[in-house]
Amino acid sequence: MKQPGKPKLAVWKFSSCDGCQLSLLDCEDELLAISGEIQIANFPEASREVVKGPYDLSLVEGSITTPHDAERIHQVRRASKHLVTIGACATAGGIQALRNFKDVKEFTSIVYARPEYISTLAKSTPIADHVFVDFELRGCPVNKHQLLEVISAFLAGRQPNTPPHGVCMECKRRGIVCVMVAHGTPCLGPVTHGGCGALCPAYQRGCYGCFGPKETPNTRSLAHWMGDALQVTEPDLTRTFRTYNAGAEPFRKESEAHE
Amino acid sequence: MKPPDPCRPATVLERADFPRLFEVLAGRGYQVVGPTVRDGAIVYDALDGPEQLPAGWTDEQDGGTYRLKRRADAALFGYVVGPHSWKKFLFPPEQRVFRAHRTADGFEVLPEEVAAPKLAFLGVRSCELHAIAIQDRVFLGGRFVDAAYQLRRANAFLIAVNCGQAGGTCFCASMHTGPKATTGYDLALTEILENGRHAFLIEAGSATGAEVLAELPHHPATAADTTAAEAATARATAHMGRSLDTRGIKDLLYRNPDHPRWKDVADRCLSCANCTMVCPTCFCSNVEDVTDLTGEHAERWRKWDSCFTLSFSHVTGGAVRPTVKARYRQWLTHKLASWIDQFGTSGCVGCGRCITWCPVAIDLTEEVRAIRESSPA
Repeated sequence: MKQPGKPKLAVWKFSSCDGCQLSLLDCEDELLAISGEIQIANFPEASREVVKGPYDLSLVEGSITTPHDAERIHQVRRASKHLVTIGACATAGGIQALRNFKDVKEFTSIVYARPEYISTLAKSTPIADHVFVDFELRGCPVNKHQLLEVISAFLAGRQPNTPPHGVCMECKRRGIVCVMVAHGTPCLGPVTHGGCGALCPAYQRGCYGCFGPKETPNTRSLAHWMGDALQVTEPDLTRTFRTYNAGAEPFRKESEAHE
Repeated sequence: MKPPDPCRPATVLERADFPRLFEVLAGRGYQVVGPTVRDGAIVYDALDGPEQLPAGWTDEQDGGTYRLKRRADAALFGYVVGPHSWKKFLFPPEQRVFRAHRTADGFEVLPEEVAAPKLAFLGVRSCELHAIAIQDRVFLGGRFVDAAYQLRRANAFLIAVNCGQAGGTCFCASMHTGPKATTGYDLALTEILENGRHAFLIEAGSATGAEVLAELPHHPATAADTTAAEAATARATAHMGRSLDTRGIKDLLYRNPDHPRWKDVADRCLSCANCTMVCPTCFCSNVEDVTDLTGEHAERWRKWDSCFTLSFSHVTGGAVRPTVKARYRQWLTHKLASWIDQFGTSGCVGCGRCITWCPVAIDLTEEVRAIRESSPA
C-alpha cells in the first residue's frame, strides 16, 4: 500500500553476496527513523510486501554477470527516479570480476557437469557500465553510516558527505599509527577511497582496498615502494590489487602491470 | 627569543623525585598528556603516571620507516618525535562547530560548548614549541581569532624536553628551531644519564612554571650536571639526520614554478595527505554540514583537511589543482616560501615527520636540494 507523502525506496539485487543490502537492515537503531521518513516499497530481504513502482530511490547491489541481469537493470532504471549503486560489486564488478582476467568458458567446462546450462557473460561489470547512475557508494560492504548519510542527503536534497580522499586521512585523524611506516605492513590505504574509518589499520592490519581507488590514485608509486622496500613479490602485487575492486580501472591496470 | 638567564642557578630534579611532577600537576588540576608506547610507536596520550612513559625505548627513523628499539639505559625521553603532534590536543582532528534544529519559523542554532580541559603537555620538543608558536600566529594572531583554540591554548601547560639525540629525519638545527628549547615553555627539562646518575636539569620559563618548580623537590646543579646537559644538546645538534639549506629559499621556490623536479616528485607522490596530517603546523580544515534522517536536526563539523585532496581547491567548474604536481608544489611552496610572506616565518620547523611518515619516503629536504642544484640563476 502506498504511504502518501513518503518517498518510495526499492532495493535491488544483482550478482552479489547480499552483504550491502544487509547493511541497511544492520541500521537497527535507525530503522524506525528510516521507515518513518521513507516507504520501504520493495525490499525482499526485509519484507514480502512489494509496492509497485516507480520508486523515488533505488539502491542497487551487485554486478552485471548474466544476459538476464543486463536486461533487468534497464527495467530497474526505468522504474527509478534516483538510482544509487551500493558496494564494490555494483560500483566495480566485485570479487566476481576476477573472471574478467580469465576465460569463462574454460572454467565453466571444468567446474560444471553440464556447462551448457550456464548462461553467463564473459565479464562482470559495474552498473554504471549499463545505465546512468546518480550516485555510487563504495565499500565491501558499504559502511552503514555512509549508507544512512546517502539516504539522509537524498531526503534533504543535498550532496552526501562521502569524500573521495584516501583512507590515510581517516587513519591519521583517528591517531592510528601507520602500519606501513611503523611495522612494514603493506597497506593499500594511500590509494584507497575512504569511508570505512580506517577499520583495518585500527586493528594493525594493512588496508585491503575494499572501497576501491581514491581520487587520483598513484598505484604505480605505491606498488613500486611495496616491491622495493617491503619486498612484496610481483605475483603478490598482482593479488594485492586484484580483490573486491579488481575491475576498478586503476586497480585492474596495476594488477596487470605485475603479471 | 630570550636566552636563559645565565645568572639564574641551574636546578636539578632527581629521577627518584620525578613522579612528584605528576602529583604537583594533578594537584593543580592538570591532566598530563605525553609520550607513551602504543602499537609500535611513541604516541601522545593521557598519562596517569611516569610509569606510562617510554622508559628505555628509542626510535629509529628514516624516509618512510619508523621502528621502536630498546635502549641500553632507562631514559624517559631517549627518542625524538613520533607520528602525533600536540596539534591534536589544541586543534582536534574533528570538532563539532554547532548543532541546529528546525523551529516553527526557521531554525535555531545551538552553540557548541568547547571542551578545554587543563592539559599539561609533557615532553614538548623545541621544534614542537616553534610549531605551537606558528599555530598561535595562525589561529590567534590575525583579525579573526579561533576561540576554541584560544581556550585550549590558555589551559595548556608546556613542559619542554631538550633533545639529547637527533633522529634520522630531524633537521631542526638547520631551521634554527632546536634542539634546545629557548622560548615558549613553562618548564624545560634536560635529561642527564651519566655514570649511573639519572636526573633532570629543570628550569622555569613562566611564572606558572616557577610555581610548579617551587613545589618540586630540587637542588642546585653541579658543574658536572650543567656540562652533561650541554653535552646532550651538542650531541643532538651534531647528529641531525637531515639538513635544509634555507638561504634565499623563498626566491628559489618562487623562481621555479616550472622546474622539472615537480613532475618527478609528482610521479612518486601518492597525494595521500599523510605529510599534512602529521605536520605540526599544517592548519587547514574544512566544514561538513550533516542532517539526520528526519531533517529536523543538523550539525556542522570541522575536520582536518589537506591541500593534497582534489576538493580542497574545488570551485565552480572543478579543482584548481587537478594534478598532483600542482598540489605538491602548492604544499612545499606554501610551507617554505609563501608562509614567510603570510606569517613572517617558515612554516617548517624541521621535525622530519613528513619524511618519516610519507609512505613512499618523499623527503622535502631532497626535493629542495634537487631544485636548488639545477635552478636557473
